[in-house]
Amino acid sequence: MKETKKEVIMKTALTLFAKKGFYVTTIADIAKEMGMSVGNMYNYFASKEALAKELLLYTSRKFGDEIRKINEQNISSKEKIEKIIELYFTMAVNEPEIVDYFMRVYLSNKEIFNNGCEGMLCVSAFVTEIMIFFEEGVRKKELKNQDFFVAFGLFMGYIGGIVFLNNDGVLPKPLSEYAQDVSENIYNALKA
Amino acid sequence: MPLKPNIIWIDAVGCNGCSHSFLNLPYLSSLLKKINLLYHPILDSEEFKIQKCNILIIEGALKENFPKFDRNLMEIIEDLFIISDKVIALGSCASFGGMFGEGLIFNKESYGKFYSCKNKIINLPGCPIHPEWLGYVLEMLIEKKEILLDEENRPKELYSFVSHSGCVRNEYFDWKVDSEDFGSKEGCLFYNQGCQGPFTHSSCNKILWNEVSSKPRAGTPCFGCTERNFPKENLFHTDTMMGIPAKIPLGVTKRAYLTLAGIAKSLKNERLNKKLFEYNEYD
Repeated sequence: MKETKKEVIMKTALTLFAKKGFYVTTIADIAKEMGMSVGNMYNYFASKEALAKELLLYTSRKFGDEIRKINEQNISSKEKIEKIIELYFTMAVNEPEIVDYFMRVYLSNKEIFNNGCEGMLCVSAFVTEIMIFFEEGVRKKELKNQDFFVAFGLFMGYIGGIVFLNNDGVLPKPLSEYAQDVSENIYNALKA
Repeated sequence: MPLKPNIIWIDAVGCNGCSHSFLNLPYLSSLLKKINLLYHPILDSEEFKIQKCNILIIEGALKENFPKFDRNLMEIIEDLFIISDKVIALGSCASFGGMFGEGLIFNKESYGKFYSCKNKIINLPGCPIHPEWLGYVLEMLIEKKEILLDEENRPKELYSFVSHSGCVRNEYFDWKVDSEDFGSKEGCLFYNQGCQGPFTHSSCNKILWNEVSSKPRAGTPCFGCTERNFPKENLFHTDTMMGIPAKIPLGVTKRAYLTLAGIAKSLKNERLNKKLFEYNEYD
């Protein structure tokens, strides 16, 4: 029961953080949206920072779990790239608060996460799956053997950038229409 | 087996490194008093002849059409094998082919000629073997005690450990601090320098060499010499795939290893990221 309520609070906070920003949103705002007292909110999360940290773990795990399903499929690296991008773009459209939270809160306010979310601590669920995807691609001789971060930056930086442009209303076409070209570019950059 | 077992130690295709290593056994003289050495290539013994023995020790690899005592090596080995009670395949060459040829039970990627007789054989891989590994096996046979073997016929007592067990660099492995320079005191040799300790079955860091050290302790990576695929190429280089070690520690999934490695790397150990002599805990 408590876990379910906690999850609803997290989803509510996720939306508010993504929409208004971390600093502007207060625990009172989240409590109000939830119809809860501020005091009761603290039964679930000790602080706004603790809530932010749990949200990062939650979003990373959610994305990681989905990539894991793709990793476990017996398909080529090229197809996996297509599926990961489709997953990311779909998530960006259907659950924009998750991608927004990652980009607008986590990546833009690292100081919030300095205590307990350093390095890969809170994002390892997702980064580990990307590592496994890369490593298996190289093992199957489908991807070029190169430095992990060079490949990771190319992959995530590119799709994150496209989603960012989409969210800012810059892209003339719907995000999904870019999936094929983006996938192909990434594959061409990573292939063996 | 009699109180003092009769032993024939024959050198097949090899370098005699295991014989030389065995000479460093600290209790060699007392062990030699418990056995009858019918033939040994280096130690004092009678002239070689085909005769029954309790323990046949084969040092070195097998090879077809290789001359030995004016005969064919394989014929001599077969003649001795049939009339021996127990056979020890000594060193990586006799166990798996190693540097020079074929092993008795296993080759690098296939079965050896004596696979069907594997119940009679104990594999003691190592390049060379640790003298105490052979000492242990001989003592156990003399005492008529059971030696439990793993799936590659290696004594579990010696090979259920990995070379990594007991390494003094384990702290660096745990915190994912690489050794950048060859020969430095600091750092783990697994990430850059080719160390195969985390997946090599041996007790090199438990039963120390010359009773004092081991390769990784001295700054040399474990070469994986007790495994079937020994020697691999580029022994001082870690094979990586997108920066991730191509082989990961035994008993852990890739996903679990990468998760743990990522977390350890994120939580920096300040002491291990400096030269040991430069760290001051009161800074």
